[in-house]
Amino acid sequence: MRRGTIGSLLSPGGIFGLIVVGTAVVCAGFASQLSQQNPFDLVQLSVADSQLPPGSLGSNGIVYWLGSDDQGRDIVSAILYGLRISLLVAIASTSIAFVLGTSIGLSAAYAGGWLDLVFMRLADIQLAFPGILIALVLLSVLGSGIDKVVIAIVAVQWAYYARTARSVAIIERSKEYILAAQSLRFSAARIIFSHLLPNSLSALSVVVIVQIAGGIALEATLSFLGMGLPITQPSLGLLIANGYTSMLSGEYWLSFYPGFVLLLLLVGINLIGERLRELNDPRESL
Amino acid sequence: MFLYTVIRLGQGALLLLAMSVLVFVAIYAIGNPITMLINPSSPQEVIDETIRRLGLDQPLYVQYLRFLAQAVQGNLGVSYISSQPALRLIVERFPATLELTLTAMTIASVIGIPLGLVAGYRPNSPLGRAIGTISIIGISLPSFWIGLMLITIFSIRFGILPTGGRGQTASILGFESSLFTRNGWSHIVMPAINLCFFPMAMIIRLTRAGVRENITSNHIRYARAKGLSSTRILFGYILPSISIPLITVLGIVFGVLLAFGVVTETVFAWPGIGKLIIEAIRTGDRPIIIAYLLFTVLLFALINLAVDILCAIIDPRISLSGAR
Repeated sequence: MRRGTIGSLLSPGGIFGLIVVGTAVVCAGFASQLSQQNPFDLVQLSVADSQLPPGSLGSNGIVYWLGSDDQGRDIVSAILYGLRISLLVAIASTSIAFVLGTSIGLSAAYAGGWLDLVFMRLADIQLAFPGILIALVLLSVLGSGIDKVVIAIVAVQWAYYARTARSVAIIERSKEYILAAQSLRFSAARIIFSHLLPNSLSALSVVVIVQIAGGIALEATLSFLGMGLPITQPSLGLLIANGYTSMLSGEYWLSFYPGFVLLLLLVGINLIGERLRELNDPRESL
Repeated sequence: MFLYTVIRLGQGALLLLAMSVLVFVAIYAIGNPITMLINPSSPQEVIDETIRRLGLDQPLYVQYLRFLAQAVQGNLGVSYISSQPALRLIVERFPATLELTLTAMTIASVIGIPLGLVAGYRPNSPLGRAIGTISIIGISLPSFWIGLMLITIFSIRFGILPTGGRGQTASILGFESSLFTRNGWSHIVMPAINLCFFPMAMIIRLTRAGVRENITSNHIRYARAKGLSSTRILFGYILPSISIPLITVLGIVFGVLLAFGVVTETVFAWPGIGKLIIEAIRTGDRPIIIAYLLFTVLLFALINLAVDILCAIIDPRISLSGAR
């Protein structure tokens, strides 16, 4: 990580990942400017243009490059808006999980004793169960909705940050600069957040990247199972689920293109994560 | 080893007890199942009678103790929807899930281990790089989408495989499986392929990392210097030395797949426990959810135990009691 994060990411895989993710972020950010119709404004939709195959010219003069759904919604526009929702949910939940998990992990390592024991047992139990199971059960208790999905993803992810932060901090803690800070009678909060945290960041960066991809995939899966986002906020996962019913009649494009974009995005993010991992620890590449 | 197994089973039972409290309290918070079960406009007497019959008028701890007393007798409650014992429903459906998971794990191992060995042995060759990229794509694949695309291609476009469901089963040596019939094969092949991508990617990555770690060790260098063939070095020397981490990961992935079957079973209408739990969550069928979660905890504990014992058998240096 010495040559600066962006510079050292430049391997073929890393470049591909950065391009894909960069494009996705720009597309999501400017979704309303880039799309030729607002897929949620019913006034702009015309039933006459429903279920058009990719590349058709609609009655309102716009070309449906990737086809349209049963309400005449342009799939390109729906994907752009869906991308925005998917990314927002993933970034929101990853940020919260990062702050929560890292604070717990660093504090547990610094304080030691029963606090450490309790939180790490909790993290162990949680990590023993597949995330999808935890999220499903939580959502069955909480109900569905964008905020509930974020809570569920945070509940799945905090333990990864807590474990990683703790394992780094437990080594850092016995180093001399921490001893020096303690001798100066700095408060525990100051030592944790301005001394331990910066030195744990490079290990945590890999976890962040992997978990963003995990969050996007988890949200898509939950939405597909009908336990995630409401129908009014269709993420990529929900678009795929909506196209599922029309698929049997041969309208493959409703599910195919949103899924392909999702796949591309996940591959892009994971390639960046892979590169970061290699840079952090050239020996370990799992 | 016997004592060790007994202790571990005891720990498993304690974990199960702790989980039962946690799960019971969490599921209790789901909401009033009465509104989902009977028509809210039915007469008050009917509603009261149903509440009494299901024991929902008792305080939480009474409900829990009742549940626990019955649970030790193997009764995990009765499904609100189908009025069948929850545990029986799960035990009936489990073979289908196990069959699917084992098939997927087998495909993943048979393809994944050789690919991982090659990728680790020649990490910078075009083949090694290609395998690395495949493994990245493998962990990124949205499982449900791949399932839909498989159905689109093989069932709708070419019409050569059924869209879902479990085919005919046949019984050989007391094992009932759809793998014994041609019809069963045609039903299991797509869900199994769908489910195998993730474990395959994990196995490739782990094997590759293991090979790269081992390849610099002295015994491998000596084998190379002796002029042994790559195949012999890989399968005869490197594979045994990475078998311990490999088995551990296979155990973890196996558990993940049993749970992740939820997605594949939904897409392919596979009648396993994953489909059962999704339906139970949708309909608020508490006894099924509780029974499923406890069953999963037990299963995970057993898988972990099996992995530890297997590792100890393979490598005698590993002491089961934890003493060195």
